[in-house]
Amino acid sequence: MIEIWHGFLKAIELIVTLNPEVLEITGRSLLISASSCIIATFICLPLGSLIHLNNFKGKRALINLIQTFYSIPTVAVGLLVFLLFSRAGPLGFMNLLFTPTIMVVGQVILISPIILGLVIAALSGIDRAVPETAIATGANNFQAATLVIREARYAIYSAIIMGFGRAISEVGLALMVGGNIRGYTRIITTAISLETSKGDIELSIALGIILIVLALVINIVLNRLQQR
Amino acid sequence: MTLIEAVDVNQKYGDRFVLKNVNLRIDQSEVFALIGPTGAGKTTFLRILDLIDRPYSGEIYFNGLNITATKKEQLNARRRMSYVQQKPIVFNMSVYDNIACGLIWRHKKLGEVRKKTEEVLELVGMVDYMKRNAKTLSGGEMQRVAIARALITEPQLLFLDEPTANMDPVSTAKIEKVLEGILQEHRISVIMATHDMSQGQRLAGKVGVMINGELLQVGTPGNIFNQPHNREVAEFVGTENILNGEVVSKDENMTLIKVGDKVINAVSDYQVGEKVLVLIRPENIVFALQRETSSARNNFKGKVNRIDTTGPLVRIEVDCGFPLLGVVTKQAAQELNISIGKEIYASFKATAIHTLKRWA
Repeated sequence: MIEIWHGFLKAIELIVTLNPEVLEITGRSLLISASSCIIATFICLPLGSLIHLNNFKGKRALINLIQTFYSIPTVAVGLLVFLLFSRAGPLGFMNLLFTPTIMVVGQVILISPIILGLVIAALSGIDRAVPETAIATGANNFQAATLVIREARYAIYSAIIMGFGRAISEVGLALMVGGNIRGYTRIITTAISLETSKGDIELSIALGIILIVLALVINIVLNRLQQR
Repeated sequence: MTLIEAVDVNQKYGDRFVLKNVNLRIDQSEVFALIGPTGAGKTTFLRILDLIDRPYSGEIYFNGLNITATKKEQLNARRRMSYVQQKPIVFNMSVYDNIACGLIWRHKKLGEVRKKTEEVLELVGMVDYMKRNAKTLSGGEMQRVAIARALITEPQLLFLDEPTANMDPVSTAKIEKVLEGILQEHRISVIMATHDMSQGQRLAGKVGVMINGELLQVGTPGNIFNQPHNREVAEFVGTENILNGEVVSKDENMTLIKVGDKVINAVSDYQVGEKVLVLIRPENIVFALQRETSSARNNFKGKVNRIDTTGPLVRIEVDCGFPLLGVVTKQAAQELNISIGKEIYASFKATAIHTLKRWA
């Protein structure tokens, strides 16, 4: 127990003194997760609008499939990306394995179903009369879709933050395709995993605290948005 | 000159046709009221004309162009029309942005957008509300925003779908005042759907009656209200006295129609022996305690069967050998000292009667 308390104090010291390694790992985590979140948003917003605003055969089944992928295991995505980008894989020529880029790619695949599903749900919450009124007022299809997205903006912010939360907290994918290379692909979750196995619990606790604080901030922002 | 024309428009939901071979032609600067009971197909027709929905079959011509044909033509045509829906729809943004969006979507310059938005805000009396979020407005205020948004683009054709439905009388009066002002000042064509016959009569120069998806009659308000083409239209426009009769005599000026065991004097084109429907509007019947010596050719003694007070008016049903429903003011009813079972005289002019061919 004393050892844990000691580790906790040391972790606080690491955070307060702005330990370079802690800062570097945290910065990389935020950068990779934010990048994947932005890319996924750019994919999911137009795709979600397309799915929502058009009626086609199999639409319900497609939405069900997207929702099924909300809970896809991170290691399953990791395995898929690994197989695709390993030297023998179809995309191996790109030499992306064990780089931050492949971690972003993996996270985009991981969080896109969440953002996409929640974007469709957010757009479905908007009265159908809104796009119809826009069309009747002279909007073209793109302008009407933009208006609907704007009307659903708070629910869409929530979707994006949910996606970010999933990205920053995942570990299996980052380990498998990033390789947890110090100073290059090491992020908060992979560092906690490694340092704990090495017995260096001070750094693990420090990073754990940061991760919890980040989760807390995300939760507060999410609550604020949902209250609007 | 014809602005918009619907040719053989049909609409089908499932197995049910909700519009049946609707044909309509509206000229430039014409104000047309589409009246009919709830569920008659008025909104469905307006949505098709405004290209929100596609018809099952039929064509829409706007300025002579078939706009059901290509998507590009549809956007061009739609940008010369505006639509105000029954339920006021506002976007989750300021009143100013709600009104300006139509111009922004047409890529108008910011200076022009500002100038026109301020003008239209003035027109609908919403200048003080321009910075407020439109979602926080009352139903009547939201509808004024919707009307302003529809007008700012200076449409050639404005669709109004029950613009005052579910509104209190004060809000209705405000909206109607705004609409009357617009109709007087701007030479735009208007097609308004309403189940309020009097509203249609007040605002429109031409009226169409739609019942069960069919456009049964189009004409001036006077024509529709006084000379309905069939029983359905007559019932809808409030001709509550519809009697079965048969022409028994006819000369140059007058036709005698037997109704029950009584004979009614009417002005009619039908010939002796023809079976007819005799239509008399309740407001054309005059009640008196003694036989009137007025110009009314029809005067019948009857017994009061039923008395209903509706607002400032009293509806009186009298059995004169055939049932006859009339409307008088409360004051007139008091002066007549009307009571159930009392005998009174009902009179109406021969010219107040409209006759229709009866097939059954």
